[in-house]
Parts: sequence; C-alpha cells; structure tokens
Amino acid sequence: MTLTFAILAVLTIAGAAAALTLRNLVHCVLALTLSFLGLAGFYLQLSAQFIGFAQVLVYVGAVAILVVFAVLLTRGAEPTSQSIFSQSWFWSGVVSVTVFGVLAWTIRSSTVARRELRLQPEATVKQIGDALMSRYALPLEVIGLLLTVALIGAVTIAMREKQEMR
Amino acid sequence: MSSLTSYLLISALLFAVGLAGAITRRNAILVLVGIELMLNAANLNFIAFWRYGPNPDALTGTMFVIFSIAVAAAEAAVGLALIISIYRHYKTTNLDQIDSMRG
Repeated sequence: MTLTFAILAVLTIAGAAAALTLRNLVHCVLALTLSFLGLAGFYLQLSAQFIGFAQVLVYVGAVAILVVFAVLLTRGAEPTSQSIFSQSWFWSGVVSVTVFGVLAWTIRSSTVARRELRLQPEATVKQIGDALMSRYALPLEVIGLLLTVALIGAVTIAMREKQEMR
Repeated sequence: MSSLTSYLLISALLFAVGLAGAITRRNAILVLVGIELMLNAANLNFIAFWRYGPNPDALTGTMFVIFSIAVAAAEAAVGLALIISIYRHYKTTNLDQIDSMRG
C-alpha cells in the first residue's frame, strides 16, 4: 500500500464521514466534494483517466452545486435545535457496521481478490469514443433519452404550481 | 494484502458510511447524499475489478461506470427536485415530519 493510496483513502472516507455527521448542511456538501475528489484520485490511480475527469466534472462540478442549491432553497443552512439523527440511529448504526463486517469478511476470504496487477491497460479517450459509437451505441442513445426525460421531469416537478403563485 | 483487496475494502467502507448516513440522517437532502456515496462505492468496485480483471482491454468496467455516473446524475436531479417540491408543501425537509401522502 503506497502513500498516495493512504492519502486518498483518508480523504475519501473522512470526507464521506464528515458529510454525514456535520451539523451545518453547507459544510456537509463541502466535505462531500472532498470525498468525490478523493474518488477521482482513485480512478486516476487505477489508470482510468477518462472516468476520473468525468467524476470531477459530473460530481464535483454538477452534483455538488445541485445539492448546495437544494440546501439553500430549502433553508437547510439554518441551524436546527433538534437532533440531526433519527430516533432509531443506534440500530441503523448496528446495521451499517454489520454490513461492513460481512463485506470485509467476504473480501478478505475471497480468492478473486488475490489477483495480481496485469499490464497497463489502454483506456484512451479515443478507444472509449470508438466503443461508445460502435458496440455501445444503443445504450448511449438510451442514456441520452434518460437524461432528457430526467431533465424535463426535474423541471416539471420543481416548477411552482399555478395556484401557489397567486 | 494485495492492492485489489485494499480497493475493495475502501469501497465497502464507503458503502457502509453511505448506508449509515442514508438511514440515520433526518434531512432528506443528506439521505440523497448517502445514496450518492453508495453509488460511488459501486463505481469504485467496477473500476477496480476492471483494472485487475483478466481482460482490461475490453473496457467493460469503464463503460459500466460511464452509464452509472449518467444514471446517478439523473437520479440526483430528480431527487432534489422532489425534495424542493416536498419542501414547498410541508415547509420542512425533516423526514420524521413528512409522514403522510396527502398534503
């Protein structure tokens, strides 16, 4: 395990943990951005450059901004007097720890995980573009349709109804 | 401990943190953030298995992650629009107070 891996792991996990435990929602989103950046670093380390930069563009750029806007529009930044966790937080925590325990135990005892690193794979943007335009052309069209539907749906849902405007 | 194991462990830890956030937080926005973190953990798994897999030139893992990121972005947009719409109705994003389907 290299030093880079350790730094990225700490950045990602600490960012995620801070995003879900901090009280101020704007601080939560900032910590979330840090976690997404750590993940982008992991992708770059795994020589998936395109995915790494897509992660920065989509998550650090778009999704984080979207969440900040949602926080501000719902006045989530104002401090609340009550607890930020639900009443069943203890059992929820037990469930999460159990899930991690089972996953970690499975990973440690699996033989698949003992694979050694192969040669450096080539995943250039040109190759990804070729694959998207030939073998994965239909999924690409479906994703385009899905994004259009999601865009229209999001605008329609969030649009103020006419009765409310009066 | 091989490197694939450590990537998978990080991914499992990220999934558990996201799950804990999604089921313990009261604010609906942070529940959505927890779901996004779980999706990201799955993406990290895809990339790690692609990198350490027997045939990394097939680009399958990369393609999966590209489509997964697109679906996650669509989910975030619609989810946040729903939260804003619910906020307009109830004047709160506290999930413990949003407990009826009629407004």
